[in-house]
Amino acid sequence: MEAAMGLMRRIPPKHSEAALTALLSLLPHHSADLLSQVDQPLQVLCDVDSGKQFILCEYNRDADSYRSPWSNKYHPPLDDGLYPSQELRKLEVDANDVFMVYLDQSINRYYEGGTSSVYIWEHEDEGFIACFLIKKDGSRTADGRRGYLEEGSWEAIHVIEVVPLEEATARYCLTSSVMLSLTTNDESSGNFNLSGSIRRQMNMDLPVAAGHLCNMGRMIEEMESKLRYSLDQVYFGKTKEMVCTLRPPSEPVQTRLLELISKRRP
Amino acid sequence: MSDEEETQPTDDQKIEIAKWFLLNAPAGEIQYIAKDMKAVLQDETLYTTAAAVAFPLYNKSHMICLDFPDRSGEVMVTPFSEIGENEYVDPRTAQVAVVDHVNQVCRRARPANDEELPTPYIEEYRYALDIEVTKYVSEAYPKGICSVYCVNGKDVEEPGMDFDLVVVISAARLNPQNFCNGSWRSIWNVEFKDEAQFVEVRGTLQVGAHYFEEGNVQLDAKHECKDSTMLMSPEDSAHSVTTIIRHHETEYLNSLQTSYSKLPDATFKDLRRKLPVTRTLFPWHNAAQFSLRRDIQKSLGLEKK
Repeated sequence: MEAAMGLMRRIPPKHSEAALTALLSLLPHHSADLLSQVDQPLQVLCDVDSGKQFILCEYNRDADSYRSPWSNKYHPPLDDGLYPSQELRKLEVDANDVFMVYLDQSINRYYEGGTSSVYIWEHEDEGFIACFLIKKDGSRTADGRRGYLEEGSWEAIHVIEVVPLEEATARYCLTSSVMLSLTTNDESSGNFNLSGSIRRQMNMDLPVAAGHLCNMGRMIEEMESKLRYSLDQVYFGKTKEMVCTLRPPSEPVQTRLLELISKRRP
Repeated sequence: MSDEEETQPTDDQKIEIAKWFLLNAPAGEIQYIAKDMKAVLQDETLYTTAAAVAFPLYNKSHMICLDFPDRSGEVMVTPFSEIGENEYVDPRTAQVAVVDHVNQVCRRARPANDEELPTPYIEEYRYALDIEVTKYVSEAYPKGICSVYCVNGKDVEEPGMDFDLVVVISAARLNPQNFCNGSWRSIWNVEFKDEAQFVEVRGTLQVGAHYFEEGNVQLDAKHECKDSTMLMSPEDSAHSVTTIIRHHETEYLNSLQTSYSKLPDATFKDLRRKLPVTRTLFPWHNAAQFSLRRDIQKSLGLEKK
């Protein structure tokens, strides 16, 4: 299993779907682990009742059907699918509403697009797991305006495991992954593709008085801000550094100046 | 729940999968992928079959550089230097290396015989270009290697016929402790057109970077360009061609840097803002108390105009 994860860390991200399929066929006994630990590009379906999109993932899947957080129905319909309890479903409905507003604010409001979904279900004892998903497509032809990117997508998966503790507090364990893919294609720079995923974890013990939704929301917001910083450092910083190490630019002074200027920009 | 009756892949399918993983290894990482692949396959025979096919292809594609056993020089494993099964010529030292692809070492070397090397006429051009390119590479790349081969017309003995040379440049930075690896590969096809007396130069540049500390992030960039110059004496042609190569490679690096400076804006405007529109943190506490989305939007001043 460790070897499988090693392979996933090295395969080019654009091939990650094919790689996962291959590993699943070779290691069927590890399929549950593989599916939950490997980040895959997110897909969406349209809810038949509301016409709203919802995101597909392992956490709302049963057999080959996916449950919509808007109507709570399986697509395609399933006779005896799994559903969250009434209490958790209420939390799920609220979470979806609030998260959608959070998403609206995070994505430039002048542009349509972006889908969010939240799925909640029982976990051991009195705990539960909540999964918050975001998918945004910023390429020329889809949700984004005619921008610089030939193709671009931002996807985030936040999985929070909530376990009640004594004294009206609960432990929240958050594992977040952001998957980013950017492609540009033009005369002078040819074909340029930067893609991949970053994963982080955060644990907090918080009082339940404020409400689970409030606690989870704050953690996610803090995590997203950390991830955004990481993205800047890793996606852009590290890979660019490598390019300049391979073949240093011939005007080192100019580059250093540019780097200083870009670092100062908020 | 899901189709548990999925049939196990056949041996042939397993070999294809192993080959695919090996071939897609980033620069400098095939041995790590090899180790993990062996563990996943749990079958030495199948793995060996896959490796025997995948390694030569990978090595040639990445243009790996191997030392001669007696340290008399290096040989680059490329499609252009391949003269026989597992045999690669190094024109600089006029030797042929016998290569063990799976272990990525040169097993032995022998002097090249005359049929394996170009004629003196061609060699004049090849040698002159090699000198110029080597000088350029040593200036531009901290750890670059290069070679020049004749890929067409190596038996041409005097002016009157076309011939083609190819320049290959490869640079890799491997830093597994820092979880970051990268590679630069350029292949320049140089076609000497005798009748028209000019030289056509076509380049393919490929850059890759892989960062894998908190995840898996990879850069994959490719660019093609072309240019031309007059066909002159070997030294003058070499100088001119190398100037072309230097110019285009420098331009490409500059445009990569420009891409990098534009991307953060494009990403963070098109895809994901840094702060919410109101530039304050999201009011989760209030949000959780509202049952209607409209109320939340009103309180945040988000009404559509």
